[in-house]
Order: sequence, then structure tokens, then C-alpha cells
Amino acid sequence: MAGPRAFAAAIPLSMLLALSPATAQTPPVESIQIGLSTDAISITAGFSGADLTIFGSLENPDPLIARQGRYDVVVVLEGPPRPVVVRRKDRVLGVWVNLDSETFENVPVSYSVATTRPLQDIAEPAKYKQLSLGAQNLYMKPADETDSPATIEEFTAALRDRKAATGLYSENVGGVQFLSQNLFRATVRLAPNVPVGTHKARAFLFKSGMFVKESSAQLEIRKSGFEQSVFRVAHDYSFLYGVFAISLAMLTGWLGRLIFRKD
Amino acid sequence: MGIYLPIAEISVNVFVLLAMGAAVGFLSGMFGVGGGFLITPLLIFYNIPPAIAVATGANQVIASSFSGALSHFKRGTLDFKLGGVLLAGGIVGSTAGIYVFALLRRLGQLDLFISLLYVALLGTVGGLMLVESVNALRASRSGAAPVLKKSGQHNWIHRLPFKMRFRASKLFVSVIPVLGLGAAIGFLSSIMGVGGGFIMVPALIYLLKVPTNVVIGTSLFQIIFTSAYTTLVHATTNQTVDVILAFLLMAGGVAGAQYGAKAGQRLRGEQLRALLAMLVLAVAIRLAVDLFVTPPNLYSLSAAGLN
Repeated sequence: MAGPRAFAAAIPLSMLLALSPATAQTPPVESIQIGLSTDAISITAGFSGADLTIFGSLENPDPLIARQGRYDVVVVLEGPPRPVVVRRKDRVLGVWVNLDSETFENVPVSYSVATTRPLQDIAEPAKYKQLSLGAQNLYMKPADETDSPATIEEFTAALRDRKAATGLYSENVGGVQFLSQNLFRATVRLAPNVPVGTHKARAFLFKSGMFVKESSAQLEIRKSGFEQSVFRVAHDYSFLYGVFAISLAMLTGWLGRLIFRKD
Repeated sequence: MGIYLPIAEISVNVFVLLAMGAAVGFLSGMFGVGGGFLITPLLIFYNIPPAIAVATGANQVIASSFSGALSHFKRGTLDFKLGGVLLAGGIVGSTAGIYVFALLRRLGQLDLFISLLYVALLGTVGGLMLVESVNALRASRSGAAPVLKKSGQHNWIHRLPFKMRFRASKLFVSVIPVLGLGAAIGFLSSIMGVGGGFIMVPALIYLLKVPTNVVIGTSLFQIIFTSAYTTLVHATTNQTVDVILAFLLMAGGVAGAQYGAKAGQRLRGEQLRALLAMLVLAVAIRLAVDLFVTPPNLYSLSAAGLN
């Protein structure tokens, strides 16, 4: 009787063996997902900046690591890339004049970061450089690569500094909060002068300082109704727009005289 | 209350702009100038990009000069023929100005050039006016009779060829200085966003000897067209005219101008000119200080690839 019983026991065992490599012997592979409640945001006349909330989830988190808070999430909202000229003023006969300049290709117009903790506490600086993550680590490609590294370094730093000063590059430490073991919420700043165009939301998952996975989504930022129309008309029908601007001025001048006439 | 400017692409306060328009309108009504030379620097101080401040300033000038020219047209103090010749020169000057404007913008020297032009012109005009008005004030206090302008006195301008008769101005003069003056004003209009009245008026009076009563109307008449042309060209080549911004300034301006005109009637001519001179000098000094004082940031960003 021992033979058949052993045979019967062997089936579940072999099934177990066949299934186990994915689950039991290596840890589960975590991944990250983000979702936007809308794929387009409209800027209205009264727009003075806003907070954009992005929800996301961790898939297959290790409960132990999650409990110890060793998962970190960095969420970035990156504006459309555009070429930028950085100019430096120098004194010429006592007057401050733009002299040196450096052109960079494909610089994101805006770059808002939200993190669970300060970036330097999450991972090694080299990691960020490798991922080109964070305003300080973004790679800016100079148009003329023959310029001296010192010059490029100087203008890159100035570019980051100016972007941060205008609120276009921002960092919100603690802007990512875990609502449960799986669910997190990220709050990124939209500056009052946030550029229109296709923005890219990206979420980076780190586990104990190691980069694990990235997920991204697209967000369209546009001017709403009236502002958008004015901008469109000014660019697409610039002659008619000019004629309209002149007519409006003449009408205002004429009405002003009619209403307030004193002579 | 904030409003988002579609072309300048920034949020600004509506009341600040209305007040700015009203304040400049008040001064322009008081002194009989278009106010473009005040609006453009004020907009730049308010962080509006200089390129947009200049183009929108030109648009705003149309409203105030149109309103002013209408009054002069009704009173018959407007020389259409003289205005037309000035205008022909103005179109040429304005076209050249727009070209230089686009070139300087590409080179990154536009802001500096605008500031330098403002400092030089406002400093000169303001300084001359201040000296003249202080002398006039002193003369009237000491009881001396004001020096009358000697009519019929000719200068080198009257010896130039291609003479033309301007009946309304009782003038028989060469078209060369008229065209040249028009071109110079047109050039300044497109680069500085000003109507140019503060240069046109003294130039017509002192250089061409146009009777004072037709000077302001004629100057305003030609400024309407030069600024309209400038606005149109800026709108088509640089897309830098912001109608929302311009409208807020005009709305404040037309209201302010009427109260300014009333206030102006209570002051004497020399006092008015001395005040205007001090105002013009103050703007010039403020702009000059910015040129020489170490800026808080030596670095500036601008979009690359502007044609």
C-alpha cells in the first residue's frame, strides 16, 4: 500500500515544485503604477498656480519592507522640452550687458518633483545622475559641446537656479504620502507660469535605496476657452489679430471721448 | 483679482493694470502727451517681458491719440497734409525699427537697447524741458515779459530743396526734414513702444516752426497711424501684442485722461512743463540706475530659436 500512497503524495508535491520558483525562492517583483484623474488641465483667466494630485499604487510590495518604510517614491511632472539660451551679464564701461551665452537643447520648461523623503536620503547621488532624476541631476545637453566644461557647468547651474527662482523647477519633500501599504498620493506644484503643452508625469520606485521601476503618464496643459482662443488667433491669424487690436484701441478711444467728454 | 494674460503668459492683477492705465492717462491728459513713454517702462518694472511691453504699449497709444486727435479734428487744429507726409516717413522708419527689433531680440540685446534709448531720449528731453521751464518760471517771477517766438525767422532747414506748401500750418518748407522727422519717430515707435509725441511736438515747433495750435493735433494724427502700423507689424512678425493687457491699460487710460485734463487747467504752462520734465527725468534716472547697478541675477533665460 505504500507505493500508491507515495504516488498520490507526489502529485501535489511536484505541482508545488513547479509553481514555487516565482513565489517562494525569489522575492516578489514590485512595480509601480500611477493614474491621473484627467488627461488634460485647462488654465483659466484666474490661474495663479495649483497643486496637482497624482494617485499611484505599488504592486506586490513586500509587507516587511513596507512596514519599515523602506519603499520610496519620487514623482516628477516634467514640462515639454524646449531649447533655452542662458545669458550672462558683464560690465562694459560700467553698464551691465549680456555678453556670454550658452544654448541648451531640450530643457524641460518646468520640472516639479514630489518625494517621500529628501532626495539625498533616498538613494546615492550617482543613482540620480544615472536616471537624470531631480532638478539638480537633470542632464542639460549644450548645443555647442566644444565649450569648456567649466563654462557649461557654470551656465547649467545658472539655468537650474533661474528655473527654481521662477517656480518652474520645484521640489516638494514629503509630497508623496503612502495612504496604505499599496496606495500613495503625490502632490506636485504647478507654477502660475506653467507652460502649455504635453507634460509627462513619471513615478520612480526605490526600495532600500535601489531603483526598482518607473511608470509614466501624459498630461496635457492648455489654456482654457477664451485665453486659448486669443493665443491661437494671435499666432494663426496674426494679421486679423493686429487689425482687431487696432480697431479695439480706436473704439476705446472714441467711446472714452464720448463718455468722458469735457469740451 | 488676478487675470491671466494670454500672450505675456503670466498672471497679473487687474486693478494694478487699471490703476497704471489711469495714472498714466491722468498725466497724459494733464500734459497733452500720449503716455507711451511712461507705460512701457512701467510694464517692464511690473515684470512684463520688454518685447510684449513695447508692442502692447504701441497698441495702447492708438487709443489715447485717437481720442485726442478727434477733439483736434472737431476744432480744426489738424493739418492733414503735413500729417500725411510725416506718416509716409513714419512707415519707412517703423519698418526699419521692426527689423532692428527682431535682430536685437535674437542677439539678446533688446532689453539693453530699449533701456539705453529710453535713458538717452528721456534724459535729453526731460533735461531741456526742465531748464526751459525753470527759466520761464524765473522770468515770470521777476516780472519780465515772456520772450516771444520770432516769426519769419529762417534756419538751415528752410534752405533745403523740394519745398511743399502746407496751408493749414501756413508753412512752405522742404519735404526732406518732414519725411526724416516722420521716419525717426516711426523708428522709435517700433523699438520703444512710444507714440513719440514728446519728441514730435518740440521738433515741429522749434525745427519746422509749425504754429503751436496745429502741432498737437497733427502730431496725434500721425501717431495714430504710426502706432497702428507698428502694432500690426509686431502682431504679425513677433506675436507680441497682448490685447487683454492693452485693453486694461486703455480702459484705465481714457478715464484718467479726462480728470488729468481738468487738473491740468488749474496749473500754469511753465509749472506744467516743469512737472512733466521732472517726471520724464525721474523715469530716465530709474532706468539708468538699473543699467549701472549690479543686477540681483547676472543670468537670464530666453527661448532659443527665435527667428
